[in-house]
Amino acid sequence: MDWFPLWNSIRIAAIACVLVFFTGIAAAYYAAKLPRVCKGILDVILTLPMVLPPTVCGYFLLLVFGVKRPLGQFLLQYGIKFVMTWYGGVLAAAVVAFPLMYRTARGAFESFDENLSHAGKTLGLSNTFIFWRIRMPACKQGILAGTVLAFARALGEYGATSMLIGYTPGRTATISTTVYQLWRTNDNRGAFIWVMVNLAISTVVLLIVNLLEKKNKR
Amino acid sequence: MTLDVKIKKKLGDFTLDVAFTTRDQVLGLLGASGCGKSMALKCIAGVERPDEGRIVLDDVVLFDSAKGIHLPPQKRSIGYLFQDYALFPNMTVLQNIQCGTKEKEKARSYLKRFDLEDVSGLYPAQLSGGQKQRTALARMLAAEPKVILLDEPFSALDNFLKSRMEREVMNVTDHFDGPVVFVSHDRNEAYRLTDTIAVMENGRIVDLSEKHELFQAPKTLAATLLTGCKNVTRVERMADGTYLALDWGIRLQEPKEGNKDYAYAGFRAHYAEVMDVAEEGELNVIECEIYRVIEDTFSFVVQCYPLGVEERTEYSMLTFETGKAEWKELREQYQDHLRLRIPEEAVIWMER
Repeated sequence: MDWFPLWNSIRIAAIACVLVFFTGIAAAYYAAKLPRVCKGILDVILTLPMVLPPTVCGYFLLLVFGVKRPLGQFLLQYGIKFVMTWYGGVLAAAVVAFPLMYRTARGAFESFDENLSHAGKTLGLSNTFIFWRIRMPACKQGILAGTVLAFARALGEYGATSMLIGYTPGRTATISTTVYQLWRTNDNRGAFIWVMVNLAISTVVLLIVNLLEKKNKR
Repeated sequence: MTLDVKIKKKLGDFTLDVAFTTRDQVLGLLGASGCGKSMALKCIAGVERPDEGRIVLDDVVLFDSAKGIHLPPQKRSIGYLFQDYALFPNMTVLQNIQCGTKEKEKARSYLKRFDLEDVSGLYPAQLSGGQKQRTALARMLAAEPKVILLDEPFSALDNFLKSRMEREVMNVTDHFDGPVVFVSHDRNEAYRLTDTIAVMENGRIVDLSEKHELFQAPKTLAATLLTGCKNVTRVERMADGTYLALDWGIRLQEPKEGNKDYAYAGFRAHYAEVMDVAEEGELNVIECEIYRVIEDTFSFVVQCYPLGVEERTEYSMLTFETGKAEWKELREQYQDHLRLRIPEEAVIWMER
């Protein structure tokens, strides 16, 4: 049996999750500081990928990164091609998973007691220290939840991924596209195996989260 | 040290506009909630930026809008004690104190000074209210501030705890060598802890006096009400120098000092005297009808309305306070009517 889809899915989801972790937190942090009107507008734009059907996101991605489009052609000069490549899958998964990280992190930051940050500043602590050692730990629950949601969403991404990178066994195949492909070609047994693999990964992720939460509870 | 503050900041509906200079003493900012007193502290600490003005500590300019100077809070050496203490929940008591100082020995000495050695490894959520406050005080002092700002540290406490915590804070302010600004909405608390009091209303300082002077002779209506005076009336100066108390329907004796055009007069509830007889139209005497008697812990509070005043206004009601034994006698003697005399020296005169 070819295990490539498992490896491919995990690397796509993991890299997308790391990207989304930092960009989502940065976006949430700066959005929380914006005046109300700007925040509202930005919020709509950043949340859109969550409410749009993934195929629509995939369509937009093709519109921007397609090899015949200006940006796509420009990137191609440097050998970067998001269409029909595994790292195109990272892009698709990241775009779709981003709003989950952004929204949960924003919710966590908004409930953060700004006086803690003020207190840190009057004590002479640097803004970097305050962010990583005071704000982030205080928002840990929300951020952890956002990361898990983003990872799960990236792992299960199908719509945008199939639009952007298609299904090429051994090159772009992920678990979700493989399940569809095998089922479509009447390989019910193969599809079932991959369904079980997916189920196992999801269970393991949830168990890890629960363990982390228990450990962090004081 | 001298802290010189003169700032303006627009905040929604109203503008914070305060100016004061304070030296090595405790200055109280007394005002109702939402009058901008906490915002003033935040501007001094540097966590909020005023729209315009200047904040100078001795010869160090902390903020100057004209020169574009806005020193970050990290460089101001200003200690800030928050209402809820703002202890870092993910750090132990010792780690919290170490945020103020990098020297381990110094942090240890503050643990000792504030009697926190036994709880040094606990997290804020595991501490009692008193321990939390002591941790916050230790953390603030460990950073060796030149100025201390106290933002309503006792407002969330019950009375018993409050007096104990007040003593802790007094221990700190008594030994602190520098300006202290204490924000409060509680006049008694402010009176106990401060030397000078600035009364704030709608973002402005309406009275700034030494505390004894302020409670004896507040200069404005806002200051009078905030210092707890329950009886005030609008007044109008008559040709003979006496004042007509518009809301009480009586005349008040001419004030001895100053011949200013006063707009309000008042007296504190426990200064009024009950009289047996009075001449017709005697100055400073109010005939009134009892409206309600409220039994307080150690006294009776009698609310009454002046007789012969047709129109009742927000100032009409008079409050008279007396000891429990005295009141029982008075009640038997006078039933529902009282004749109150306001001693001349007890009258508070206020300008417009």
